[in-house]
Amino acid sequence: MGFAYDFDWGVLWRQPYGIWLLQGIWLTLKIGFFGWIIAFFWGIIIGTLRVTPWRWLRFLATAYTEVFRNIPFLVQLFFWYYAGPMIFGEHLGRQINHIMGLNYYVAIFALGIYTASRVAEHMRAGFASIGRDQYQAVLSTGMNQYQMYRYVIIPYALRIIMPPLTTEFLTIFKNSSIAMTIGVAEITFMSYRIDAITFHGLEATTGAMFIYLVLGLTIVWVMSIVESKFKIPGMIGR
Amino acid sequence: MFDAVIRNLPYLMGGFGVTLELTSCALSGGIILGMLVGLGRISRVKWIYYPVTVYVNFVRNMPLILVIFWFYFVMPILVGRPLNPFVSSVIAFIIFEATYFGEIFRAGYQSISRDLINASFSTGMTYSQTARYILIPIAFKRMLPSLITQSIVTFQDTSLAFVIGLQEFVRRTSIVDNLEFRSIELFSFVAIIFFIFCFIGSKISLHFEEKGRRTGVL
Amino acid sequence: MIEINNISKWFGDFKVLTDIKEVVERGQTVVICGPSGSGKSTLLRCVNGLEPYQKGEIIVDGISLSDPKTNLYNLRQKIGMVFQRFELYPHLPVLRNISLAPMKVLKKSKKEAEKKAKELLDRVGIPEKADEYPANLSGGQQQRVAIARSLAMEPDYMMFDEPTSALDPEMINEVLEVMIDLAKEGMTMLVVTHEMGFAREVANEIIFMDEGKIVERGSDEEFFTNPKSERTKAFLSQILV
Repeated sequence: MGFAYDFDWGVLWRQPYGIWLLQGIWLTLKIGFFGWIIAFFWGIIIGTLRVTPWRWLRFLATAYTEVFRNIPFLVQLFFWYYAGPMIFGEHLGRQINHIMGLNYYVAIFALGIYTASRVAEHMRAGFASIGRDQYQAVLSTGMNQYQMYRYVIIPYALRIIMPPLTTEFLTIFKNSSIAMTIGVAEITFMSYRIDAITFHGLEATTGAMFIYLVLGLTIVWVMSIVESKFKIPGMIGR
Repeated sequence: MFDAVIRNLPYLMGGFGVTLELTSCALSGGIILGMLVGLGRISRVKWIYYPVTVYVNFVRNMPLILVIFWFYFVMPILVGRPLNPFVSSVIAFIIFEATYFGEIFRAGYQSISRDLINASFSTGMTYSQTARYILIPIAFKRMLPSLITQSIVTFQDTSLAFVIGLQEFVRRTSIVDNLEFRSIELFSFVAIIFFIFCFIGSKISLHFEEKGRRTGVL
Repeated sequence: MIEINNISKWFGDFKVLTDIKEVVERGQTVVICGPSGSGKSTLLRCVNGLEPYQKGEIIVDGISLSDPKTNLYNLRQKIGMVFQRFELYPHLPVLRNISLAPMKVLKKSKKEAEKKAKELLDRVGIPEKADEYPANLSGGQQQRVAIARSLAMEPDYMMFDEPTSALDPEMINEVLEVMIDLAKEGMTMLVVTHEMGFAREVANEIIFMDEGKIVERGSDEEFFTNPKSERTKAFLSQILV
């Protein structure tokens, strides 16, 4: 049969392709990181709202989670990028569209609020796994709901859900690749770009795969150190 | 207001049809391969366990878009001629989603305690009888909610075949958007359609979860 | 009769059973007790071929388990086993739990198998639960169903692996009563348990195992009143209040 294909692995480190990949890595890291900041804090808020005693707050938080989980991220991204500016009206919308690097900011925003809904779900599971007696013990010391959540329940739940949160953290970097569809020059975009110029897409995407692999393994390693620092003594480890 | 959507409805829904087609192909292949992957992950035979584990852990670190691209580039080389985007997407999805389905099957297989199997053997039943009347029915009932949930994820993931030009729902919507510029209506429409299907799906999954809990299977 | 001839078993490097020798004659009830990890459960599982052994021989009614020609599945029809966690099939109603093996293995008709199943449910005291799912039964009821399930195969021998250890105290008696009736009717039983009251009542022989070896054995009175080894004494003093 014979492969009618000339492998050219040099596309991975020859200039300017090597630089492109490095720039792509940098952008992936930035998007993932800032997206996570939004996702983490907003997710804690939504997750907490889902268990508050006020029915309409719970409903809003649940609706938020359901909406963001049942629509593909790509669709959400497109909505914010293409339809988002129009929400501000024709005139303002056009101006927004001309902002430099709009796709970068939209990507971070979309990724953040999407992942927040997943963080919220994990928070809910964390809260549920804390026994009712714990809540009652805290309340019986005189603290109100807000204090209870802020000083005891949320920190406790966060430690319980560290493993699934680590998975979400990994996932956000994987999902950052979807931003390439709106032109964000991260790793996957760059590998596609290399193919567009050199027609050696196979090598480029294989190289990108190994970059993601290294990224993933590094994150898992870092998170295992973080987990061990924050672990609750006596709780069953992973 | 929504006339941009209504005008292009046949075209858009044609794209949705492609999405459904892609989903069903991806699911059939992904679930069957997933069953095997799950078995491989609990195998005590080293030359089955290690390759399967490496495959699963590698693919789960990859973004789906990249996997789609990779197969798009690899398949023509292997097969000798360019492949249409649908076929190459199906292959990419099957290989990708099988790792996730594989983990669901693995958990299902492992959830059957050794002693439950021993109890069946102690009444004289053979391995294949035990598998048929005990193992498989229980494992399936336990895994059904997760299988449905993962199928919904696959359904949403098909939107990413966009990047290799597949004329599915999202791509067609963005094509129409380029012509009509009614972005809010158009993308809301896509979002709503996906939402309805996925929401119903998640409720079905919950129903089976409740049912499983009630009959003590879960 | 069951002959256990110098059985030794290793899990990797760990020796789990050392030179276990015992004979269980028809109609006898043998109770095995000992601390956890002493190999008692493993020994039971060797007798019906659920666990392999590396050295020695187990012979049931003249059939050796290590003989490659022996069909273990057939052999298991003769030896019923009841597990600590009941292990009922959660997806099947109680009646079907009991009638499944008679129908599929003994090839009995559905009518025949279900009739027998109802009789057995009656015998263990819960005929009204036939159409319930296991999850709706209490622990004691589930264990009694498990006993009925094993009895449905009309075994010559019954083995019990700590049948009451997973039960709340108030349910232990209902299960022990069924077991005592069985023993009195002449069933050959091999029972791993800490329930010394049960042992006193029906056991013909009591074996104390520790760290994979038989430390002491005796007929039930001499075992309780005159334990010979220090370890036996220590163990008994802990479990007998």
